[in-house]
Amino acid sequence: MNEEPKPCACEEKKPSRRDFMLWVGFALNGIAGAMIGIPLLGYVLSAFFKPNPLEWISLGPVDQFPEGQTRFASYENPNRREWDGETAHIPCWVRRIQANDFQVFAINCTHLGCPVRWFEESKLFMCPCHGGAFYQDGGHAAGPPPRGLYTYKLKVENDVLWIKGGVLPNLSNPNI
Amino acid sequence: MNKLLKIARGAFLWVDDRLHIAKIYESTAGHHVPQSAGSWFYVFGSATLLCFMIQLATGIMLAMVYVPSAAEAYTTLEYLTFQQQLGWFLRGVHFWGSNFMVGIMLLHMTQVFLFGAYKYPREITWLTGLALMVLTLGLAFTGQVMRFDEDAYWGLGIGAAIMGRVPFIGGQLVNMMLGGPIIASETLSRFFALHVFVLPGSVIALVSIHLRMVLTKGINEYPQPGMLVRKETYDKEYAAILKKEGVPFFPKAISKDLIAASIVIFGILACALIFGPKGPTGPPDPVQIDTLPRPDFFFLWIFAIAALMPDWMETPALLGGPVIIGIVLVALPFFNGTGEKSWRRRPVAVMTVILTYVALGLLTYLGHTSPWSPDMGAWKGADTPLEFIKGRSPLELQGLLVIQSMQCRNCHAIDGIGGHRGPDLSDVGMRLTHAQLVRQVVQGGGNMPAYGKNLTPAQVDAVVAYMVTLRPKGVTPARDSSQPGRPPME
Repeated sequence: MNEEPKPCACEEKKPSRRDFMLWVGFALNGIAGAMIGIPLLGYVLSAFFKPNPLEWISLGPVDQFPEGQTRFASYENPNRREWDGETAHIPCWVRRIQANDFQVFAINCTHLGCPVRWFEESKLFMCPCHGGAFYQDGGHAAGPPPRGLYTYKLKVENDVLWIKGGVLPNLSNPNI
Repeated sequence: MNKLLKIARGAFLWVDDRLHIAKIYESTAGHHVPQSAGSWFYVFGSATLLCFMIQLATGIMLAMVYVPSAAEAYTTLEYLTFQQQLGWFLRGVHFWGSNFMVGIMLLHMTQVFLFGAYKYPREITWLTGLALMVLTLGLAFTGQVMRFDEDAYWGLGIGAAIMGRVPFIGGQLVNMMLGGPIIASETLSRFFALHVFVLPGSVIALVSIHLRMVLTKGINEYPQPGMLVRKETYDKEYAAILKKEGVPFFPKAISKDLIAASIVIFGILACALIFGPKGPTGPPDPVQIDTLPRPDFFFLWIFAIAALMPDWMETPALLGGPVIIGIVLVALPFFNGTGEKSWRRRPVAVMTVILTYVALGLLTYLGHTSPWSPDMGAWKGADTPLEFIKGRSPLELQGLLVIQSMQCRNCHAIDGIGGHRGPDLSDVGMRLTHAQLVRQVVQGGGNMPAYGKNLTPAQVDAVVAYMVTLRPKGVTPARDSSQPGRPPME
């Protein structure tokens, strides 16, 4: 190898004022970048880390749900924003087995989240997307859904039906 | 006259001296390309870019009226479509422009694959192209959400349900995608930011690299069978081709791109004028569950896959499929970066393309017809042709009534009328014995719910009695082959 003789070896070893300034520039910009970047990430990722805000919601007096029947009901998203419009109205299916024995199902099919429809005659929920079907107790009857319908936690107080809602159920988060 | 020319020349030289127009021309539009690249097969890339520019122009116009708020978006869409001067037309161009963009991008990718253009030394052109494909599909999906109607709402639900299948962090990913725990205003704002800022900006940045690579490494020469790519010699060979038959892209090789560009624009305009914009369908009101959610054209094939796959395969395929396809596509120029370029000597490549197109085409068709979806109104609305009623006993007619009122026809057609989720019942009496029919109705199975709890024994009797009569004229009912001596039950 024919290495060309360096004009002055001393320059390489001693960091010059110019080199020092360059590194200071890098460092300052690194710090400044982090000061902008970390809040940006925190802002965007806040939805990732926030726990799900479940709240008790009233579905109204139990009298409106006849025993032995399954009825359509809807409630307002407890965490709604002023500008949510119609999307704040969340539908669900209420099954009153007898007295205070209720089941409240999420509208979303457990396959891909489409809205299931109740058929009183055959006592089945059917999904319009891929043909999933569920029995009246929410159990899986047919089709591609991997499990039965998602059910809400509920309580009856002073003849009023309450459910815990405000979250879109999915396979990772089935306990709405 | 001569004096005028002299002044004009002087003026041009002055401008050129300041702006270096001639130099810029030489290194961009005037760069030399092999004459063979001035082919009809080489027009798809520029046509995709053209579509993108149409999308930018129409998108900016639409954004001047559209309001990305869950409460107002639908109203502004209706205003855009029915009241805003020419709003329907711009919406139509934007919608059809997106269809054309996805379609032509696919053709461009196919051509690049078949002509071996991804091989050495154009790996980065291919990789940026892949990233552009992902961004384009992202634009298509987010654009579907901008049309904030019932399809958009439930489409988001489908997206969230797929995200929710990711192990460990699925729930958080859903919240991240929706901008909260439920589909609401922040979901739309989030998708709006993606659709109008993040994705188009990224496309512009990546297109710059993509085109820069075309200039740096040259456009692929029209491949000849037998001309193998070798890393050691290719660059010299390409330089030799350019020297021998290189022409400036503009004006010598651009003519077909120009003609194709005008055809694409005419096509988009014609579709916008004839078919108009898509939707909006019903309002994005989750309480209106009488809906038939379907994704836009380019995602129908995924919708079909979700219906047709065996259940156990679904989550791995929905989550792992894109990863595997991605790895194969990214790795392609590295494990297949040299050798034959011409599709005439690459049968595996040709088969891959044919299979991909056949699969995508069939899945899209199936997604369009979706025979797996129950026909929710069939039990109320589906006719029963006379020949399926005539000559039946009262018990059998009672069975038909049960079939109708118990929503059987939502999934089972009679004479092709009704749902197609389950088999057509027109000849079921020929296929299943009396005992098998009872078992199927009571216990279900094979994708049918069990009706044992919801039918009385008398109803089951009637239904099965009717179904036994469903068979072509002169054909005896199906009988149990394990008991040959027993006469068939009628």
